[in-house]
Amino acid sequence: MDFGGVTKEVCLEYVPDLQVGEYTIVHVGFALQRLDEQSALETLEIFRQMGELDAEFGDHWGRAAEQAGMPRPDLDGLREQEGGAR
Amino acid sequence: MKYLDEFQDPELAQRLLDDIRATTTRPWAMMEVCGGQTHSIIRHGLDQLLPDDIELIHGPGCPVCVTPLEVIDKALEIAARPEVIFCSFGDMLRVPGSEKDLFRVKSAGGDVRVVYSPLDALKLARENPDRQVVFFGIGFETTAPPNAMTVYQARKLGLENFSLLVSHVRVPPAIEAIMTSPVCRVQAFLAAGHVCTVMGTGEYPELAERFGVPIVVTGFEPLDILEGIRRTVHQLEEGRHEVENAYARVVSEEGNPVAIRMLEDVFEVVDRSWRGIGMIPQSGWRLSERYREYDAEERFRVGDIHTQESSVCRSGEVLQGLIKPHECSAFGTLCTPRNPLGATMVSSEGACAAYYLYRRMQVPTTGEAREVSSVG
Repeated sequence: MDFGGVTKEVCLEYVPDLQVGEYTIVHVGFALQRLDEQSALETLEIFRQMGELDAEFGDHWGRAAEQAGMPRPDLDGLREQEGGAR
Repeated sequence: MKYLDEFQDPELAQRLLDDIRATTTRPWAMMEVCGGQTHSIIRHGLDQLLPDDIELIHGPGCPVCVTPLEVIDKALEIAARPEVIFCSFGDMLRVPGSEKDLFRVKSAGGDVRVVYSPLDALKLARENPDRQVVFFGIGFETTAPPNAMTVYQARKLGLENFSLLVSHVRVPPAIEAIMTSPVCRVQAFLAAGHVCTVMGTGEYPELAERFGVPIVVTGFEPLDILEGIRRTVHQLEEGRHEVENAYARVVSEEGNPVAIRMLEDVFEVVDRSWRGIGMIPQSGWRLSERYREYDAEERFRVGDIHTQESSVCRSGEVLQGLIKPHECSAFGTLCTPRNPLGATMVSSEGACAAYYLYRRMQVPTTGEAREVSSVG
């Protein structure tokens, strides 16, 4: 098993169908589970989209206000107040 | 390394933090169960990046920390025997027993060896047929399958000079113990990703339902931990309490069925004491009847040993999340990683050691502290 350049012998009894080229979680010399590359890439893609969607559509204040049944706060006014307090 | 660096990306971390910040409307206290997660949180300063309303309570998921003093004392007694080669993971060697630690036994002539894997101990047993090789089998559901496989192999090979000193523990009963404690402040759990890698997620829906707490299976890299927290905060804010899997690249609902079958064959569930916490019903494993002959406790007849915890050390409260490490008066003064009073200061997964190494301390800078901080 190649650990980013360091090679070590690993017991594959618990993941017997592991193929060369796949990634796995290794603990104390035993492969315990295959790493699902598809899932890893999907998760990272969700994280990337999270910010982008938010930049485009996100309005947390608006959402919070909506959930609370309140009018959306005047953010510019709020920022000025905060600045004044400092 | 692939799929490690990607999950440390600072820009994506910021996006997760922004979402957590935008979602949080009031104080929430959640517990990260695993010591590996505690280490990662403190190392990367994640707790300091979170909104003030989010409190992370460090859980008891450090195997070295919760191994009872009595078991350490049994290890010390076995390791001191002339016929024994005593093998252990390195971090157990400095864990204080009642009077000494394994290092002290080694310096007094005991044959104590640090191994990377239990299979290394098995190899020693084959190479030294005239010696008794004992492996110190501690740990949670993640470490139990390798140890189970090792005992299974020993039997298959007919190795009569190999045995296991077992002190395995299980996460779900610990969650139950924490939630039923009268001083419990935990409102949600980040479940230990690598435990679930083996066991799957099937044990948790009942706990989430019974105690009304969100349980989010969480990984160990900064983005994994932030995503676990983010999903937990969403559940808490929306009044949900479900089991979610935020570590899907290695955790599936069924876990690793081959490993679970091996666990059930080699081990059986027993009540176990946790250092600093006390007895938790059904919270551990010992060798099953079929494999009992490989039990070092029976082989070496190490009887009950009376134990005395340090009266200064407050690791029990740290392990239960009642105090933060630096709130203990011994932290960083009487108790340091080089001279630990309790196990939480020994293991790299212990909360006290993590706080000490990453400079979360408000104590006068001693020589040792300077040295450590210049390394860190």
